[in-house]
Amino acid sequence: MNATPDAPVDAALLRRWLDTAAGVLDREAAHLTELDSPIGDADHGTNMRRGFQAARSAVEQQPPQTPGAVFVAVGRQLISSVGGASGPLYGTLLRRAGKQLGDAETVDGAALRDALRAGVEGVAQLGGASAGDKTMLDALFPALDAMDSSLSEGGDTAAALAAAAHAADEGAKATIPLRARKGRASYLGDRSIGHQDPGATSAALLLNVLADTAREATV
Amino acid sequence: MTAPTDSGTQEPRRLVGVVLVSHSAAAAQAVADLAGSLSGGGADVPVAPAGGGPDGGLGTSSELIAAAARRVDRGAGVAVLADLGSAVLTVKALLADEELPEGTRLVDAPFLEGAVAAVVTASAGADLDAVAAAAGDAYTYRKT
Repeated sequence: MNATPDAPVDAALLRRWLDTAAGVLDREAAHLTELDSPIGDADHGTNMRRGFQAARSAVEQQPPQTPGAVFVAVGRQLISSVGGASGPLYGTLLRRAGKQLGDAETVDGAALRDALRAGVEGVAQLGGASAGDKTMLDALFPALDAMDSSLSEGGDTAAALAAAAHAADEGAKATIPLRARKGRASYLGDRSIGHQDPGATSAALLLNVLADTAREATV
Repeated sequence: MTAPTDSGTQEPRRLVGVVLVSHSAAAAQAVADLAGSLSGGGADVPVAPAGGGPDGGLGTSSELIAAAARRVDRGAGVAVLADLGSAVLTVKALLADEELPEGTRLVDAPFLEGAVAAVVTASAGADLDAVAAAAGDAYTYRKT
């Protein structure tokens, strides 16, 4: 077991995650849109930036008091303000995860993992995609598995999230040789090969921010 | 579109509403106009376009979809047709969260042909099942 006390995930931590994520997406918008240009409709960066800025404003105006409520609020804003497929997909992920967390004021790593898993399953169901289809799931499924392994080896929440973020990065990179089977990129067939999936990339970004936020809470 | 009016002494039949969700506001409006004009002599079916994204550009707006569904809801159900990707996913997410009027259904149909079939069928006073089936049948109209 890690010697440092495990910092519980509370609403304040997830609000910091949201605030940082909105900033990171603002800086990375051009990069995400660039990834989306050869295989998508070149709007992923601007859509994600708009969605997370709207979510940050909504949460600042009416700060939710539980981690579950933060996820639900962010999910709702993403569905209404992203404008692309990532809106309902990330929106469903966070709303499902938030509902799974319930009214708890703080949650541990296992509860967070279970909630994220429920959210990711919601995404798979909504989009009808599977692993290997060159979608955000190719970052999210490995992330959940890595979180599982870390927790079962006695890792704390921050360690489990760091493992998840690392696996998501690897998963996003591993989409490069894949042929897209969902979304607009799937119309391109073999021409979708050789490009990193924008959705998997933004999923990895969001998990990296979450891991960093959790690590900072423990020091 | 206007609500069906009661021209006789009979209780007006409640008509199924139709919402057309497209990435393009112009496409949604044009398909709504086309379907409305082709519905012929039947009653005026409530049809509402929900096109374009939250910023007014290409995309999908959940607020426009929800507003359109409320506008065409006469209590007989609402058939929603969507074009692609985020339009389909946004409708599904809204349905999963019960944010559309009761009796709202995403109909699996080609956008333009399905819209015409849905509006014509609804104008005859058909129920939501029949409207959805007619729209879905539009997939089988081969052109060669």
